[in-house]
Amino acid sequence: MRYGSLFWEYIKNYAKTRLTYRADFWVEIMSDMLFQGMNLIIILIMFQHTQALGGWSQAEVVFVYGFFMVPYGIFSTFFSIWNFSERYIVKGEMDRVLTRPAHSLFQVLLENVDPPSLVGSFVGLGIMGLCWSQLGLPFEWMDIVMLAIFVIGAVLIYAGLYTALSAISFYSDAPTGIVPLMYNIQNYGRYPVNIYNKIIRFVLTWLLPFAFVGVIPASYFLERKADDLSRLALMTPVMGFIVFGLALLFWNHGVKKYRGAGS
Amino acid sequence: MMSAYLDFIRIRFLTMLAYRVNYYSGIVIYAINIGAYYFLWKAIYGDQDTLAGFSLAQMTTYIAVSWMARAFYFNNLDREIANDIRDGSVAIQFIRPYSYLLVKMMQGFGEGLFRLLLFMVPGLLVVCLVFPVSLPADPAVWLVYAVMLVFSFLINSQINILTGLFAFFVENNEGMMRMKRVMVDLFSGVAVPIAFFPGWLESTMQWLPFQAITYLPSAVFTGRTPLSEAAGVVLLQAVWFIVLIVPILVIWRSARKRLFVQGG
Repeated sequence: MRYGSLFWEYIKNYAKTRLTYRADFWVEIMSDMLFQGMNLIIILIMFQHTQALGGWSQAEVVFVYGFFMVPYGIFSTFFSIWNFSERYIVKGEMDRVLTRPAHSLFQVLLENVDPPSLVGSFVGLGIMGLCWSQLGLPFEWMDIVMLAIFVIGAVLIYAGLYTALSAISFYSDAPTGIVPLMYNIQNYGRYPVNIYNKIIRFVLTWLLPFAFVGVIPASYFLERKADDLSRLALMTPVMGFIVFGLALLFWNHGVKKYRGAGS
Repeated sequence: MMSAYLDFIRIRFLTMLAYRVNYYSGIVIYAINIGAYYFLWKAIYGDQDTLAGFSLAQMTTYIAVSWMARAFYFNNLDREIANDIRDGSVAIQFIRPYSYLLVKMMQGFGEGLFRLLLFMVPGLLVVCLVFPVSLPADPAVWLVYAVMLVFSFLINSQINILTGLFAFFVENNEGMMRMKRVMVDLFSGVAVPIAFFPGWLESTMQWLPFQAITYLPSAVFTGRTPLSEAAGVVLLQAVWFIVLIVPILVIWRSARKRLFVQGG
């Protein structure tokens, strides 16, 4: 309950600061859309030259991308802590956070909320809807429930991975180039994983489970493929809780090791 | 006077050298991106031999060399200029006895030199070990490619300077810089060669400078564009380089008249 009202206060605060620069808000949404649009254009261009990508049709690959956009939008809204190391560790803002009673991760996340990213989720839903009707998939109400469960699981996976990455800076104060590294690896998760070799597929499924953010849960709604990825789909929420749980432990342990930057 | 400009190249090169560790992970990141596209294209080719004039082997080389060229020509001149304008330090630059834009270009060149020696070259070596990249055997191709790469750098930097200078006219050009980055990556052909674009888009691209940054040089490097046509490509790059000087100077002149510094 207390966290609920805190959440609301943070959002109100965010709205006030952002209303000062209204134009920025729209510019940010525009540039987000352009970035997602570029990835979609790449998919469309590629399918001008082939019928199928590892056994997946164009509508299916676009569907996977649409699904990916939904959890990604939610994740970017609440976990935009790209500059955690510089802002909180190097500049020492973590000190301020730790003097307050609410959980440190909760505070750090809400200080950085970025609601414009949520627009991407709605666009993703729209894309899924279009592909859904184009593929003539049957629709049941249960699908909405499953979609919600998968999205929650996928958001938790993303959230867990990036929380853990940010927590690394508690242990090593040198800025590590690992966040951009991860950001680029996640691109692999948007395409059918069977186009990669065995090692990459294993890594994407079990070590850095980006496949659980896009292609695996999305395949639950699509026609069954030869390697039937959708068998794994129900694992999505389980993976989400495991990844996020481990990340939270890692974060909490890191906070205890945090010693401040001095000055 | 010239030696002052050369010093800007040297200083930027040395500054970058101090942060060279950051670029080791950069090589890994580029290798990861090259890998993603390599597998994607392999799946697209399936059992087709050539697509849009590229064989799979040429395509692999194209991806590798294009990303590594990006490692060389990429810079943040747009951000640097925008920051100078926003925090007002550009006012100091005006009264100094040198050309601000030329200094920026020189700093970009220093960064490029660093990126070439410590990012592109070792990166290309790593990538050649990991992926089946076939490098051209003809030394003439390498020579022509080196010339084209210089123009890639010049044209990309000019586009960056143009984007940065827009901070004179809008208070915050952050979104514009992000859009420019996405556009350059897509339209220069880093992600997908322009020959793969649908017809109308491909013909539009021929009237824009972006293809001169990555697509045209990489097509020569992979051998899709024969060496006999390379002279035309270099000429086209040179033309774009000269054409782009015009808007930069026009904006720079009109901007100086309307500069206002926010805060201070």
